[in-house]
Amino acid sequence: MSIDGQTTTGPESGTPAEAPAPRLRRAIIVGGNRIPFARAGGAYAKSSNQDMLTAALDGLIARFGLQDERIGEVAAGAVLKHSRDFNLTREAVLGSALSPETPAYDLQQACATGLETVVGLSNKIKLGQIESGIAGGVDSASDAPVVVSEGLREVILDLSRAKSVPQRLQILSRLRPKDLAPLAPGTSEPRTGLSMGEHQALTTSQWKISREAQDELALDSHRNLGSAYDAGFFDDLITPYRGLTRDGNLRPDTSLDKLAGLKPVFGKNLGADATMTAGNSTPLTDGASTVLLASEEWADARDLPKLAAVVDAEAAAVDFVHGKDGLLMAPVFAVPRLLARQGLSPADIDFFEIHEAFASTVLSMLAAWEDEEFGRTRLGLDGAFGKIDRSRLNVNGSSLAAGHPFAATGGRIVASLAKTLHAKANAEGRPVRGLVSVCAAGGLGVAAILESL
Amino acid sequence: MTDTYAQLVNQGLGRNVARRLGLPQPAILRRYEPGQPLITGPVLVQGDTPGADKLAAELLAWDLDVRRHAVPREKLGAIILVLDEVARPEDLGKPILTVAASLRDLGPGGRAITVSRPASGAATPAQAAARQGVDGFLRSLAKELRAGATGNGLLLAPEVETTSPSTLAAIRFFLSGRSAFVDGQFLTVSTTAGEPPRNVEKPLEGRIAVVTGAARGIGAAIARTLHRDGATLVLVDIPAAGDHLAEVANEVKGTALQLDISRDDAGQRILEHASQRHGRLDIMVHNAGITRDKLLANMDESRWRSVIEVNIAAQLRINEALLASAGFRSSPRIVSVASTSGIAGNRGQTNYAASKAGVVGMVRATAPLIAAYGGTINAAAPGFIETEMTARIPFALREMGRRLNSLQQGGQPTDVAETIAFLASNAAGGINGEVLRVCGQNLVGA
Repeated sequence: MSIDGQTTTGPESGTPAEAPAPRLRRAIIVGGNRIPFARAGGAYAKSSNQDMLTAALDGLIARFGLQDERIGEVAAGAVLKHSRDFNLTREAVLGSALSPETPAYDLQQACATGLETVVGLSNKIKLGQIESGIAGGVDSASDAPVVVSEGLREVILDLSRAKSVPQRLQILSRLRPKDLAPLAPGTSEPRTGLSMGEHQALTTSQWKISREAQDELALDSHRNLGSAYDAGFFDDLITPYRGLTRDGNLRPDTSLDKLAGLKPVFGKNLGADATMTAGNSTPLTDGASTVLLASEEWADARDLPKLAAVVDAEAAAVDFVHGKDGLLMAPVFAVPRLLARQGLSPADIDFFEIHEAFASTVLSMLAAWEDEEFGRTRLGLDGAFGKIDRSRLNVNGSSLAAGHPFAATGGRIVASLAKTLHAKANAEGRPVRGLVSVCAAGGLGVAAILESL
Repeated sequence: MTDTYAQLVNQGLGRNVARRLGLPQPAILRRYEPGQPLITGPVLVQGDTPGADKLAAELLAWDLDVRRHAVPREKLGAIILVLDEVARPEDLGKPILTVAASLRDLGPGGRAITVSRPASGAATPAQAAARQGVDGFLRSLAKELRAGATGNGLLLAPEVETTSPSTLAAIRFFLSGRSAFVDGQFLTVSTTAGEPPRNVEKPLEGRIAVVTGAARGIGAAIARTLHRDGATLVLVDIPAAGDHLAEVANEVKGTALQLDISRDDAGQRILEHASQRHGRLDIMVHNAGITRDKLLANMDESRWRSVIEVNIAAQLRINEALLASAGFRSSPRIVSVASTSGIAGNRGQTNYAASKAGVVGMVRATAPLIAAYGGTINAAAPGFIETEMTARIPFALREMGRRLNSLQQGGQPTDVAETIAFLASNAAGGINGEVLRVCGQNLVGA
């Protein structure tokens, strides 16, 4: 480094040469592949996370001819994860048709896992650290880990450290019958003890979301997903698995009457105000998804499609523990921050993909964004953030119809949205933008903007 | 799908029992594997015409052990009988009776090949009689051959020589293990077109091929064979078969295109995929097909319509799109899978036979259209092939289907695939509008 020829620094001085400013380039979405999502205990009851993630990867490899390809990096994760799956993604890569020299890492951010793998890998591509990446996620509510009790766990660990027979006997004598009962996996929040559904029931009530509005959103989800299937929309997004060719939860022939007949399952302590049913909440689901990301150069060199670019992303978290905000409301903050950074308003977004953890989650978010006071006091805006045009929302169905294998949802949304943007841009001859929002346990939320190519 | 009986009678006790009881003894057929010699043992080229001399010289250049005269009791790999200049039926006797003495010396998996001219172009009734006589002779000879040996004939159009590229390509195919289940058949070489392969081990190198119905059975075998021969593959099957399709695609390092070929825009979708990923499309293999069997009296509209739609209407639409496309102009090849049911008919398959006979009609009528672009269209017509589909036929019927041919066994999916790979090759450019049966000389349908 030299300034006016006076200052020189060598390696001895300890001052490293200044790194060149990172050259940001575009990270693009080539396409995706997922397996149909199955209701827990259904078609994939005997499939492990590794089986499903490998199948989703192999379908992606077949679609784009990636056999023996050394991908820059594969990132995926699962929310419900066995301890033996410490290297889940790398193991799936080794079982796939990719080059065994493809590196991989696991990531976990509750239900935002899948979207966060897309964000992380596209950032690496933008920085020039990798040329290609496969983002993904998988979850099995059927093949969930079953944990032994704390009492039994301590005994087993102490036994492994014991040196003599009397010591071992003494340790074993501590065991009580109740220690032998296995613990089923729970999805309740560690700090509140409430399940996600019970948390959402509080939010639903706070924002006064009606039962009818929830059922209508659920009906739209099933109808949109069903017609997307009928139009062949998923022909190059899904590869069948274990005899399942469509999402097992999809009920294209459901109706408001049928949905209205279901009994509330969450917030039952609210009595007549309980509105959340099995029909307007996502069921436990098994499934896996993948998204192929690349630099434009890498995609061009292989004559691969370029559907959309990953523009930007934002994570947020809320203080649900003290009840300041609802557990699943973090995207309400992530999205306005993200749009503001990009100089965009809701009107600039052509398609919204808001993950339907529950119908009322989406509706609570929309209500908050339409609320003048919330906009002023909580979002720091002049008024309401804005109204979301419902005809632009979840146009090909979302989690209420497709199901929600936690970590697989992000990949499902990103691949479908990228395809939708590309088709719309081709039809209208102008750039088209889409927004993805995923809420997650722990009061987390991640949002991302995609733009057509 | 394994033929347990064939395995049994090819070893120890089973062989002896079958021989003593006079039971059928299907041979283990000589099938092609890369690196294998074209044929083991000398090749006798019989005939004293200039065409015979030139062919013998060409085969010598292939490093084959060529004989112009039989050496008594020397085991032969193949006998090629050149009858290209017969003028009268009386002319057949001498060359045919000369090779007759050598038939006992033809080894297991041997080959008998006639090279003659089609009767249709004969100058006189006597010449037509002589030429047509070769037909009856060869088909009978094929039925007399044993131990996996086959007999097939080449018919050369007037301007085609015994050393024209496609004549040589067909002789190479018939000599090799690639034609293991092709028996008692004639193939016409109609023009002198075709380029000799640069690499006989990879005759499809650099070619972009699409195979429909590639998820399983014969389609998967076609994919594997075209890949082995060097082609780059786009594999198509219905979305519901996508998992099997992906497996095959990953095995042959191709791309999987989940697509219902009966969609109106299927041809466009195939062209778009091939041109985006590979810049063009060279070989189209129409393999996808369905059966919806019912006696005609019980046939409903949906069974009839779906079979016609998938098996022939879709092929016609796709061909129309291909022939109109600038991306399908580099020695284009279309190869369809027909069926012996479409030639001989089959009880319970009026719909299927109509569709497969339709394929034969389509192939013949499309030949002049694609010839305009320097291309060819042909079909392979499988007989009884051991697949998941035929494994579901009841035992007794299945045994009949298997044994009622000169090789006394069912063919393998790979046998159909080899014929398709041959018809798709650049070297076969002089073969156009042909339907080659892969049936072990099934007794029905001639």
